[in-house]
Amino acid sequence: MAQPRTLITVPPVVKKGELVVVRALIQHPMENGFRHDENGQRIPRDMIQRFRCLLNGKEVFRADLQGGIAANPLMQFTLLAQESGALDFFWEGDNNFRAQSKAQLLVT
Amino acid sequence: MKACHRWLCWTLVACGLWAHAQIPLNQRQSGSELLSSSNLSIQNDPGLHPATLWLLEGEALWKTQPSNNVPSCESCHGDAQTSMRNVATKYPRKLGSELLNLEGQINQCRVQRQHQPAWPWESLPLLSVTSWVARQAKGQAIDAFSSPLLKQDLAAGRDLFFQRMGQINLSCAQCHDQRWGQKLAGVVIPQAHPTGYPLYRLEWQGVGSLQRRLRNCMNAVRAEPYAQGSIELTRLELYLMWRARGMPLETPALRP
Repeated sequence: MAQPRTLITVPPVVKKGELVVVRALIQHPMENGFRHDENGQRIPRDMIQRFRCLLNGKEVFRADLQGGIAANPLMQFTLLAQESGALDFFWEGDNNFRAQSKAQLLVT
Repeated sequence: MKACHRWLCWTLVACGLWAHAQIPLNQRQSGSELLSSSNLSIQNDPGLHPATLWLLEGEALWKTQPSNNVPSCESCHGDAQTSMRNVATKYPRKLGSELLNLEGQINQCRVQRQHQPAWPWESLPLLSVTSWVARQAKGQAIDAFSSPLLKQDLAAGRDLFFQRMGQINLSCAQCHDQRWGQKLAGVVIPQAHPTGYPLYRLEWQGVGSLQRRLRNCMNAVRAEPYAQGSIELTRLELYLMWRARGMPLETPALRP
């Protein structure tokens, strides 16, 4: 899979000063490296290590992901609506994993 | 002694009748009714439901030509949202002499019309396209499977459902017809209606097919599971769909 599927949920329009709930979902196995397959072979580690969200190029949210997190991780966080702009989402992980996605934030 | 013997006889007769008792149609319930409120809210919200990612993939595959000069699914079938509106409610069905489930039908189309190698069972593209097609039938009632062509397979599927298997020597019916609502290892036994497949199972950390679920169950009773795509599993799938006839399809569902 060249680019994993991602799904961003942002309300279409928000009022200035309101709390905005942002959700980012990504398709990823989050293999922690401790499991074994049916033949007893260890399944190699494959994790997302970092998630970042930028608003107009400025970082507004960051998270480090570790071993206890399930596959297809969902990130949900809040922003305080001050300005409209482009939201950029970045996921980075093992084996040079890189994924990104975009959304628009419209503040009125 | 004699009274005791008579009592035993009656008990055995009652057990025999009970063994073939089926769930009355008005008492059937989907597995969704057993979901915790938090899992139910994930199932009902496409923005939270991880199976949405499979739907996005399936939609993209539906619209993409697998290679040049080969039609995409959409080139023949058009927009899935109209052409596939209740298709998933009618599978498994008979194609010639072969009994095909929805995955089988998609692969058959892929091999014969698109001249591509069949997708392996449980592979991401096969589950994605199956989910996308089945999603279009969400809310539609499952077919009655009354075609005479299906009679034999339906009877064979029913036999499998009542067949004891494995070291634990249990049949599907013993749990899902006779003991639904009771508990097994702290978990409520569902009625096993296949209304939400392919579905996202938290235990699997991904989307899986009905046949994967059936194989899980066979492993759990320590039986050797039938191969995916085998006629036995497809017949069992047919019987389960018939058993859920008239219930609305819920694809993609979420289960713990």
